[in-house]
Amino acid sequence: MDFQLSREQKMLRQMYREFAENEVKPLAATIDEEERFPWETVRKMGPLGLMGIYFPKEYGGGGADVLSYAMFVEELAKVCGTTSIIVSAHTSLCSAPIFEFGTEEQKRKYLPILLRGEKVGAFGLTEPSAGTDASGQQTTAVLKGDHYVLNGSKIFITNGGAAEIYIIMAMTDKSQGSRGISAFIVEKSFPGFSVGREEKKMGIRGSSTAELVMEDCIVPKENLLGREGQGFKIALHTLDGGRIGVAAQALGLGEGAINEAVQYTKERIQFGKRISQFQWTQFQLADMATKMQAAQYLVYAAACAKDQGQDYSQQAAMAKLFASEAASDVTRRAVQLFGGYGFTRDYPVERMMRDAKITEIYEGTSEAQRMVIARAMGVK
Amino acid sequence: MKAIVCVKQVPDTSGKVAVNPDGTLDRASMPVITNPDDRSAVEAALRLKDQYGCRVTLVTVGPAAAESMLRELMAMGADEAYLVSDRAFGGSDTFATSQIVAAAVHHIGIEPGDIVLCGRQAIDGDTAQVGPQIAEKLDLPQVTYAADIQVHGSAVTVRRMLEDGYMTIRVDTPCLITCVKELNTPRYMSVPGIMSCWDKPLTVLTHEDLKDEPLIEPDTIGLKGSPTNIAKSFTPPQKGEGVMLEGAGRETVEDLVSRLAAKHIL
Repeated sequence: MDFQLSREQKMLRQMYREFAENEVKPLAATIDEEERFPWETVRKMGPLGLMGIYFPKEYGGGGADVLSYAMFVEELAKVCGTTSIIVSAHTSLCSAPIFEFGTEEQKRKYLPILLRGEKVGAFGLTEPSAGTDASGQQTTAVLKGDHYVLNGSKIFITNGGAAEIYIIMAMTDKSQGSRGISAFIVEKSFPGFSVGREEKKMGIRGSSTAELVMEDCIVPKENLLGREGQGFKIALHTLDGGRIGVAAQALGLGEGAINEAVQYTKERIQFGKRISQFQWTQFQLADMATKMQAAQYLVYAAACAKDQGQDYSQQAAMAKLFASEAASDVTRRAVQLFGGYGFTRDYPVERMMRDAKITEIYEGTSEAQRMVIARAMGVK
Repeated sequence: MKAIVCVKQVPDTSGKVAVNPDGTLDRASMPVITNPDDRSAVEAALRLKDQYGCRVTLVTVGPAAAESMLRELMAMGADEAYLVSDRAFGGSDTFATSQIVAAAVHHIGIEPGDIVLCGRQAIDGDTAQVGPQIAEKLDLPQVTYAADIQVHGSAVTVRRMLEDGYMTIRVDTPCLITCVKELNTPRYMSVPGIMSCWDKPLTVLTHEDLKDEPLIEPDTIGLKGSPTNIAKSFTPPQKGEGVMLEGAGRETVEDLVSRLAAKHIL
């Protein structure tokens, strides 16, 4: 595969780097420490088209492609895991299903405000008893005249507290099993909708991970996304796309940790030498860079496959599986290279290590990715 | 109303500065950027566009590679660009360059209400001569070192930032204003801006296009026509950082006096 970037993609990457360096990096430690959602950054990203990079301009998007979007998540994650997942969940998990499955009316109503970053989006699938086995949805939706009534709760919802527009999965016909699940566009202001507990997390601490509660929540009939019973298919398809975002996040976290480690080891003196002069350090960094380079190829290949309209499900799963496990390994090794300093909050590598772990879990665990990959191989 | 912004692609002197044996800058070995003061001039023009909907036109003199700078500035929001590029213009000093830029601006056309914006000076030559010389050639009123620009109908109020204070000047349009980087913080390129900047008009003006412009004197352009001779070039010593003394009491004054005495100023 040829990853020669187009002139537009090169300019985008330059702009992403400037934005990440000037606007995102200076806040990364603070929002992690204070567990604070970086609204100021979101407000800056919207007008620049960064909250809707690959959607058409006619809906308020940036008019670029999925690879350009993955590159942005990557550049953000190099300096701040929190900010990268805010963009990824908003883009891949909320705007994307509306764009791909919404009616023209739904697109006109919701996409411009999402893509310009005026409102943040989120996606509600996971429930206390429906994690990797997402088909076990307990949330119900009952049609009553011109609206559905939703009851149930969602947990671990990325952007949960910050978002105002949600894609919510709910069971409309329990007898049909996973084929009885439907998807809805739910606004925070709808009667009966509330945000519950915010999680206290190990990493990505500036992002909002919250419980969503629906108690006789009234959702207009026209907010059904796709057809009744199509929800599970929409959810799986959406997660396929989301995996490119999380894989790009993992990629950026690993690359960011390498950048920090290269700089540090070239400055740190032990035994009268810069520790970068020791071959063990060099071999460590060479292995780390090789892993992340391989991850980059997988992530970019999955993004390009999506851009070209190919079936990218398996590629996205491989990219996420490999990039997330590589990121966990590489960030851990980076902390080791920093020694005791790496364990302190004076340096960013411990934060990167904490941020990396979740990439092996959310939007499909590494085990779920292996299930997807094996299934695509015909291994049963 | 339109804003014409004169811009220059310069070597990035914030990193390693490479110098040729003859004392001139080794431009080929240094990364290039848009001159910082010129970026502020572009941002000033884009703010006029945001406010009044005026068209923003870029002009630069340089090699074909300067297109990348023009595309970046169009990705920030400028509407069109003119790249003045010809071997005949190569080696021009500030006197020759300002003739060429003035001729290009004249070629584009200046109308009542128009504002020509320049950066105060370029970080490669640091002369601050080209902007004022363009104004003289075009017979436009000029205001230098702008730190604030406000448009009132056909006039503009400019706050000049000088070493020892500020000066506010009101000037009629068309006029030329040179901008300091303190004027504003230039915006980022946007995603839609990047995706559309390659479709925006970029016109290359050659010697052939401009040779009949009355502002160009054929024997005073290019290396041969440039009256400047570089006798010596050197890096000036950096000015020390200023020291702020807090408080208006006797103690502060005594502190100040002792510091000045230590430097043998008093």
